[in-house]
Amino acid sequence: MAIYSTNEFKGGLKVMFDGDPCSIIENEFVKPGKGQAFNRVRLRNLKNGRVIERTFKSGETLEGADVVDRDMQYLYNDGEFWHFMVVDTFEQYSADSNAVSDAVKWLKEQDVCVVTLWNGVPLSVAPPNFVELKIIETDPGIRGDTSGGGGKPATLETGAVVRVPLFVQTDEVIRVDTRKGEYVSRVKE
Amino acid sequence: MSESAGLPIDWRPGCSLAVLQKRAWMLARIRSYFERQRVMEVETPTLCHTIGTDPNLDFFSTELKFEGSSDDQILYLQTSPEYSMKRLLAAGSGSIYQICKAYRNGEFGRWHNPEFTILEWYRVGYDLDLLIEDINRLLGQALGLSRPGQESERISYRQAFIRHCGFDPLSAGIAEFINYCEQVGDLSALALCGNDRRLWQEYLFGLRVQPHLGKTGLCFVTNYPANQCAMARIRADDPRFADRIEVFYGGVELANGFGELNCEQEQRKRFQRDLKIRAETGKTLPPIDERFLAALAAGFPDCSGVAVGLDRLLMLLMNLSSLDEVLTFSLPRA
Repeated sequence: MAIYSTNEFKGGLKVMFDGDPCSIIENEFVKPGKGQAFNRVRLRNLKNGRVIERTFKSGETLEGADVVDRDMQYLYNDGEFWHFMVVDTFEQYSADSNAVSDAVKWLKEQDVCVVTLWNGVPLSVAPPNFVELKIIETDPGIRGDTSGGGGKPATLETGAVVRVPLFVQTDEVIRVDTRKGEYVSRVKE
Repeated sequence: MSESAGLPIDWRPGCSLAVLQKRAWMLARIRSYFERQRVMEVETPTLCHTIGTDPNLDFFSTELKFEGSSDDQILYLQTSPEYSMKRLLAAGSGSIYQICKAYRNGEFGRWHNPEFTILEWYRVGYDLDLLIEDINRLLGQALGLSRPGQESERISYRQAFIRHCGFDPLSAGIAEFINYCEQVGDLSALALCGNDRRLWQEYLFGLRVQPHLGKTGLCFVTNYPANQCAMARIRADDPRFADRIEVFYGGVELANGFGELNCEQEQRKRFQRDLKIRAETGKTLPPIDERFLAALAAGFPDCSGVAVGLDRLLMLLMNLSSLDEVLTFSLPRA
């Protein structure tokens, strides 16, 4: 794998740090006029999502991490693994619960997700920004209320719970923004 | 250059018209200040046969070629106009100032660009107290960096360090530096600084002290430890300190000044010490500037001098957050 020097640390670069693959968030060059140059770096550990702050001497290096993002279709869950497929090539990958993590509550079969591979193994899964899911349970709405102010909880087919306007009913399909976990609209079928 | 991926080429300057106008105003203001003060403007070469030896400054070099000759000469782009200006002082110029470009290799970021504009001036017969007043008049008043009623602050290096880190950087053992970093959850410092006191001082000053300096006006930090003397005299009354000041505003390092070292032998020792460090760290070894040393030996006037980063000054005057916004074409656009 390539070796990167502090001056090549750009946002999004994937490097190995303390044994884990990380993504560079920010890199600031700090140097007094008459002193040692440092780089103050913020990295995200791609295994656990934690943000780390470290300072390096300018010119220090880190090994690149073999991390790639690929679009894959979610196929099914066998109880232990979640299976994904690259649509063009039919290559299949199985992700464990650590990799799937919070994305699990948005995963609907056949939706296309971004699967991050580290050395060819799924490291994390990002659901589509918007998903369309059916409500399996929500309190009956109060007649005449169309404002959506306030709202009520609704359980979706994947198990996720989102707040929906009072007029939305069980068995309706809704569009959800997965980044915020928020209701967007009803979907007319 | 070819277009990449069909994107239009970004040919426009990084700064706005208002910034261009402010820079022109700033330069005119500086020149009129020094004219009133009877300090003479000078020009010295940016391309020279020698270069500073500072182990922390990397320089650009190039070759001078004469057609038909195989004897190429190496020339260096100046990291500051200091040596040339001091040769003028030794030759009897009296107080002088210069606005010029300076070049430092490998320095790039929000606060750095490898090519930048320096204002450097020397006041014959001034000590650092008088120089501080001078800097205040120019930066604070003539250029309006201090708002009405804002007082500039003056604090010693040691006091500033104690105020923000809680311990004395001169008397503390390395264990105290390590202990402090553990307390504040800094996991990088030990591996970086090891047993090097000066590096510990620089690291903590830069990351933990500097961001607090000059929050309410110009902040003058005085009495730098002798191990960070650069080209300043060591204080005769207390050799633990050097006659060096730094000026900070809004947490940004803006200027560096010295009660100028005028002893040729001491200067030669410092050059040799720098070159030894450069050799140990595998950096190129430039020739020592014998003309500069000869000028010191010939009789250098008692003076103080200071260099100000004008691009940073413009950034602070306009309340902007990166040099790209005040340079016409910063490195990626140049």
